[in-house]
Amino acid sequence: MKLILSYMKKYRWTIVLALVLKLAATMLELLLPYVLEYTIDVAAPAKDLPLVIVCGVVMIVLAVLTCLLNIRSNRTAIRNSSRTAYDIRRDLFFSSLHLSGRQTDEVGLASLISRMTTDSYNVQTFAQILQTMGIRAPITVIGGIIVTVSMDVGLASILLVILPIMLVVIISVSLRGIPLFDRVQQRIDAIVRIMRENITGIRVVKALSKEEYERQRYHEANEQMNRADRKAGIVMSLPGPLMSAALNIGLTFVILIGARRVNNGQTQPGVILAFLTYFNMILFSIMAINRVFMMASRANASAARIGAVISQSPEPVPLPEEQLAKTASSDLIVFDHVTFNYNAVNSNAGSKEDEPQPALTDISFSIPKGGSLGIIGATGSGKTTIINLLMRFYDATEGNVFIGGKDVRGYDVKELRQKFGTVFQNDVIFADTLESNIRFGRSLSSEQIRSAGVDALADPFISAYSDGYRHTAAIKGANLSGGQRQRVLIARALAALPEILILDDSSSALDYRTDAELRHAIREHHSESTTVIIAQRVSSIMGLDQILMLDEGRIAGLGTHSQLMESCPQYRSVYETQMGEEV
Amino acid sequence: MPPRGITVMKKPKDARGTLRKLLKYLRRYQPILLLVLLFSVGSNILSLLGPNLAGKAVNEAAAGAGHVNFAAVKYYAYRMLLVYMISSVITIGINIVMMYVSKGIARNMRRDVFNKLMRLPVSFFDRNAAGDIISRVSYDIDVVSTCLATDVVAILTSFVTVLGSLIMMLIISPLLSVVILVTIPFSISYTVYMRKKTQPRFAKRSKAYGTMNGFVEEMLSGQKSIQAYAYEDQVCADFDRVNHGAANAYYDADYYGSTMGPTMGCINNISLALVGMLGSALYMFGSVSLGQISSFILYSRRFSGPINEIANIINELFSALSAAERVFNLLEETEEAADAAAAAELKDVKGDVELQHVSFGYDPGKTILHDLSLRADSGKLIAIVGPTGAGKSTIINLLMRFYDAQGGMICVDEKEIHSYTRSSLRGAYAMVLQDTWLFNGTIFDNIAYGKEGATEEEVIRAAKVAHIHPFIMRLPQGYQTVISDNGGNISKGQKQLLTIARAMLYDARMLILDEATSNVDTGTERQVQDAMRRLMQDKTCFVIAHRLSTIKNADLILVVNDGDVVEQGTHEELMKKRGFYHKLYSAQFE
Repeated sequence: MKLILSYMKKYRWTIVLALVLKLAATMLELLLPYVLEYTIDVAAPAKDLPLVIVCGVVMIVLAVLTCLLNIRSNRTAIRNSSRTAYDIRRDLFFSSLHLSGRQTDEVGLASLISRMTTDSYNVQTFAQILQTMGIRAPITVIGGIIVTVSMDVGLASILLVILPIMLVVIISVSLRGIPLFDRVQQRIDAIVRIMRENITGIRVVKALSKEEYERQRYHEANEQMNRADRKAGIVMSLPGPLMSAALNIGLTFVILIGARRVNNGQTQPGVILAFLTYFNMILFSIMAINRVFMMASRANASAARIGAVISQSPEPVPLPEEQLAKTASSDLIVFDHVTFNYNAVNSNAGSKEDEPQPALTDISFSIPKGGSLGIIGATGSGKTTIINLLMRFYDATEGNVFIGGKDVRGYDVKELRQKFGTVFQNDVIFADTLESNIRFGRSLSSEQIRSAGVDALADPFISAYSDGYRHTAAIKGANLSGGQRQRVLIARALAALPEILILDDSSSALDYRTDAELRHAIREHHSESTTVIIAQRVSSIMGLDQILMLDEGRIAGLGTHSQLMESCPQYRSVYETQMGEEV
Repeated sequence: MPPRGITVMKKPKDARGTLRKLLKYLRRYQPILLLVLLFSVGSNILSLLGPNLAGKAVNEAAAGAGHVNFAAVKYYAYRMLLVYMISSVITIGINIVMMYVSKGIARNMRRDVFNKLMRLPVSFFDRNAAGDIISRVSYDIDVVSTCLATDVVAILTSFVTVLGSLIMMLIISPLLSVVILVTIPFSISYTVYMRKKTQPRFAKRSKAYGTMNGFVEEMLSGQKSIQAYAYEDQVCADFDRVNHGAANAYYDADYYGSTMGPTMGCINNISLALVGMLGSALYMFGSVSLGQISSFILYSRRFSGPINEIANIINELFSALSAAERVFNLLEETEEAADAAAAAELKDVKGDVELQHVSFGYDPGKTILHDLSLRADSGKLIAIVGPTGAGKSTIINLLMRFYDAQGGMICVDEKEIHSYTRSSLRGAYAMVLQDTWLFNGTIFDNIAYGKEGATEEEVIRAAKVAHIHPFIMRLPQGYQTVISDNGGNISKGQKQLLTIARAMLYDARMLILDEATSNVDTGTERQVQDAMRRLMQDKTCFVIAHRLSTIKNADLILVVNDGDVVEQGTHEELMKKRGFYHKLYSAQFE
């Protein structure tokens, strides 16, 4: 809630304007039944036709004024809330985009996206409601009470008795209803999950003839959903009729007691009539307050989720000079006794603490400028982690990483990452032209892009499109084959002639021939670049200067291909399985 | 999920047909619905009597000081209370019953959709996005159900209320009714006018939000690359444009939308003023009493309520109908053809598989397999190699009858596969696919998925053979560890090993491995394959792999290119030939 208010603060003057307008409109609206009562009680019995007409005109003027003020204030409120939401989304997006690897892991991608969409929408709706209904409803209730009290204290006391009862009913129903809706959401999530599983796994389900089993599984989820849904629906359908019942009881008392008071000459019959109108207004306002509260609780949860992201200090900052480690090595890339654990800093997620094993343990190697390193190892052996540390997506738990003789933590992150051309595992193509996908916001000429396309062997298929490099890729590159996607990504990495080229399992969709040609092209045209290649296939890395064989986060072997064939049994075994012994 | 409160008028294509199908779902609840109808009409008539009684009570009270007939006041007031109370109780009852009905119908629709999905051919799932299918259950059915629960009753009661109020007003004072008859058409035409004006703006608003959501999803999933290339500023600038668009579209739509409420309120207030004015004048001439004015005002409020709502309700009805139409479209998809009447169970499988001159294409005009013939004898290992898109996975689709060949013949154990029931044919294969599939459940359940009632020893044995047992034991809950959505807590390679364990446990005579070990490191892959070979010694295996080393010892290698088998033979034979296979194979040593 604090977050919403702090974002609204920027627009406080226009918000005040909206509130004042709304206040004025509400008060004018409250006057209407008062004038009506006066017409019927004073003007009509006095047979004063001109007065009746004056009263009527006053009422019409009041109605029109109310309407104009309301429209004006609604529009101001909408402008305020749309700007507030815009600001929140801008900051949230900025923070989301700049989260470190560790922070992203904690939140999760799906959750980040839903914070941007659903949560920011909830907050926006609430910001608007708060300025309109949030002011109008309480004012109507309070004003209504004041007017009725001023008309007739005795009759107004009925309202004062019934009002708290209504509030209790509404609040208790809402308090019961909100968790019920959470339950419904969980149930529908379960149903969606089962459906998604069956849609993506339809081949397996059919292959094993599990249709009946799945139907049963779904059936149970469906029944649970039905029960939760029905219960929530019934509970939430109660306040309406209950409120109108309470109101009607109140009206009966107004008539009964009113009649007595009229008889005693304490009040006018028109007052009874005015009371009927005020009761209605107050009833609807209380219902509106109820809605504002329900929305507030939802917006509050959303704001907390948004705040959790915005408050993260984005981007690792460069450490001050005195905290940096030094190295004597003149090599471009140096890993010095590096150990890394993904869960080292904050193990607040309970499920993770069972994995005390570091992802990397005591890794040391160095690559001279223009040199090349191949990394190979089993799934989960820590290959990608090395890249994560090198580019400072994470910081080493122990030991140091140096680039160009300087501790990576001493660089400005942007400056550091500009040295790299990288293709990540499962990297993304954006829905944009192929040219923009390769350029990726950098100031590169069309020639540079084309030549990167040629080197990455992407040029032949791109040129085959009628619109060539201006061909548009679908979201996530869905209109390209796996091999084509990888070649576009490699072109992106090569385009700026990076100091360091990193390819993380980025040729797995290429057949052996294309893969070989690609390596050839890189060797030929990018000999300046220091290269790190992660691969599953020995053939992709066997020609490189050095090969690092990883095993459960430790170095199992480091050296050239022929050295490893001699000294590293694991490497030899992998080689033999992949290549066949007779070679 | 689309933000609530944005309803865009979507006209259903075949409103009448959809309505008829929807009525079928209602038919089960017919007697209950009739009862609801009866009660809601009754409760409305009762609550319509209320203002009349209130008016009479006020009339009695208006006699002036000292002249009030308390017996009469009480008589009317208690009547009025009784009438209102009964009507409230009935309303609550109707709400509860309608919740049962509408949620029950939603459940039945969800059930029917899922049952339908289970009967649809694989091609349906290849053609339709998962998100689109799911939104019919998570969103469309919800829209239909909400509409049934509220709008259907609302329409019935509105009708009764409007008609009843009008009659009552006419009875009280035909002259005063003239005021209402002037203002109501005014507010109806205003609503219609505003609808027309705001509708396209709200559509634009939905679109702007859709664009923004799509942009966010795309950019955040590429967050790491964006950071790596220091592309953040550009992306933030792009987002600013999209964000602006969304904020403006919201402002623009609601700018107009926000005039609706106050204007309708204004019209109502003016009609109240006119009634008061005219009523007072009539009172002076003695043609109406004070009580009559008061009950007239109450009736006019009741009357204008539903009239103001009717535009909304019609809008909701249409969007519910078009939601229902989307659901029914799914329910009318062509199902997987039934097994032939004479189809027999495939039993005591030997595992001889033969393809004769098979041709096939996913789209009628685009043939992928032209003329494929091959023979796999029982117990042999058949490898299929070739570049991406050459049609390797298509062969698997045909073997499993996920798709049916358009020409030629496929035989298992010397008989055409159409002569077997689908489930027994599919049951004869164990299958591990490139896209690993695990469901939200324990590791134990995931491995035991293919074999009902598998014992713990069997599951552990399968896991051991698949070299995943040590990993499982390292998890705190071991085999009872729940795999979360998409198996996010385990790596791709481990997922593949789990699906291999599942196939191991499933006792089939034929085995299909489609890039099954592409994410498993080679050392483990070899061990797994050794184990698998042992297990499948006398069984027929089909293997698709990129890594040629893994298939070198196959009994028969099929080299597929552009939908045809360009070469076939053993590794040695093909290498001697120095053809396409030789080129593919030697490339890995460059």
